[in-house]
Amino acid sequence: MSTFESSPSPLTRPQDRLRRRRATSRGMELLAWLAAAIAVAILGVVVYSVARRGASQLNLDLITKAPVPFAIGNVKQGLANAFVGSLVLVALAAAMALPVGILVAIYLNEFAPGPVKSAVSLVLDVLNGIPSIVIAIFVFGLLVVGHGQSGLAGSFALATLMLPLVARATMEVLALVPDSLREASLGLGVPRWRTTLSIVLPQTIGGVITGAVLAVARIAGETAPLLFTSSIVGNAVEWNPTKALQSVPVAIWELSESPTPADHARAWAAALVLLLFILCASLGARWLASRSRRKLGRATR
Amino acid sequence: MSTFDATGSDARRPFTGRRARPGDLLLQGVAALAALGATVLVVLIAYKVVDGARLSLSTFGLGFLTHTVWDPVHGRFGAAEFLGDTALTSIGALVLATPLALGIALFLTELAPRWVRGPVTALVETLAAIPSVVIGLWGILVLGPVMRDHVIPALHSVLGFIPLFGPASTGSTVFTAIIVLTIMILPIVSSISRELFLGVPAELKEAAFGLGATRWEVVRGVMFPYARGGVAAAMILGLGRAVGEAIAVAQVIGAFDNGFSWNLGNPGDTLAAKIALDYQGATTKLEISSLFYLGVILLVFSLVVNLLAQWIVRRVSRRQGLAR
Repeated sequence: MSTFESSPSPLTRPQDRLRRRRATSRGMELLAWLAAAIAVAILGVVVYSVARRGASQLNLDLITKAPVPFAIGNVKQGLANAFVGSLVLVALAAAMALPVGILVAIYLNEFAPGPVKSAVSLVLDVLNGIPSIVIAIFVFGLLVVGHGQSGLAGSFALATLMLPLVARATMEVLALVPDSLREASLGLGVPRWRTTLSIVLPQTIGGVITGAVLAVARIAGETAPLLFTSSIVGNAVEWNPTKALQSVPVAIWELSESPTPADHARAWAAALVLLLFILCASLGARWLASRSRRKLGRATR
Repeated sequence: MSTFDATGSDARRPFTGRRARPGDLLLQGVAALAALGATVLVVLIAYKVVDGARLSLSTFGLGFLTHTVWDPVHGRFGAAEFLGDTALTSIGALVLATPLALGIALFLTELAPRWVRGPVTALVETLAAIPSVVIGLWGILVLGPVMRDHVIPALHSVLGFIPLFGPASTGSTVFTAIIVLTIMILPIVSSISRELFLGVPAELKEAAFGLGATRWEVVRGVMFPYARGGVAAAMILGLGRAVGEAIAVAQVIGAFDNGFSWNLGNPGDTLAAKIALDYQGATTKLEISSLFYLGVILLVFSLVVNLLAQWIVRRVSRRQGLAR
């Protein structure tokens, strides 16, 4: 074979070249391993940093006691107002975004003609791509100017972020429901609305819950939409969403800007709680998703 | 006859009222209303943000984009410096994240033992779930000091002849923001790339292996060209994410707005971070309106990014559909 090669110099004999090509390949494989190791290491370092600094501060006071302004000495204080506020904000946002998002998905998957479906899907993608800080000033201009901040404005901003996530997740599972189910039900004379609500939708319940949990995990950590809409607050625990509510992310943001180490410590502890909640929620949702997908997959076969 | 009309392809078509029942009309109406609502919401966002910026738009016009001074005292506002820092941080993050993401995607599709793939995929995607405020907290208190004391001086001593790698003055630097953004966009780019690599037809790869290509030659000669368009779309989406990120950047970048500098060791300020940091500080109508103007820039950019990525994806999938 080597006789056909033009001027085979003694330095690049074929077996040398093969060796070099193999070495390049090996080197590149090593780099790919390294890239994956770096990503996992970053996650490890961030989680470890938060856990190490947060764990020592973690106690029940964090959730049960309100912050004390200008605390001198060893005053027991926590971030109860932030935890209560986050609970109310996220619950309200979910209450707004879940039904609308699921309905949007039902319309697009079950009713909409092709062009409308692709147009509204594009709108959802665009909405999903709008930076949360822009959503924040939108809600500021819409609801806060002239009325003042409120938990309702904050949860509306969060719901705007959540809507495309819920709609997209629901659409994905609706598309997995086999048409034969719809046809069987319609063929038995069941009206379309009952087919959709009591035959198709129950099949998707696992996927919809997964999507909802992931979306809740995502918005529970959002800071930007709340800065303009629900951030000027007192230290008292507040349940009323017509007033501005403190939230965990905004509290971390404010404490991280503070110069005092004691405030940093509370920020780490709050970050640890937030991180634990989000990691549990998203890993749990992932597990649920793989389970329900397997079930749906079996049904189609 | 019409009883069988509701099967097959007709099952998904909307009811034309021929045999529509009240329940069907109700569900379809309510669902259509929700979809309409989502569409109206996007239009309303665009309208409200532009409306808020109207005063600044009429005062400064497009000169806002090239004007460097942000001076609330004298009521003169311009976005040029934020545009510069936004470009620097997001492109820097993309430069760092893309090779890493491609490496991760290759690892997950080609190299990793089967039992490693699931867990590592989940871990990389978990990185995307960490809230930006937590990454920012880590960035400001852990990463920032390390960058100032070790990374930036080391780079400065080796690569100091490049203006990008100057000395660090404080713990809040543009470089820290780049690292934080890299972490935040890495999962997006890598998970899209992974799906693209999974979609490369096995026959193509096997043909290349059969010709005696090494694994890297298969990757470079078959998989990269096949996934090129999709990777471009993934990078564009990552860029959009990096440009729009406000909180984590605002925490680590130092909110310095007295002139753009190429030195990554200096503090700076991006469009999104500026809005986040001035949320309570803005007092005059013109300043608030100018913050909305920054929002208009971000909104337009996010629209362009999304439509461009969609267009690329559609073009690529059509071409690949034809190729088969």
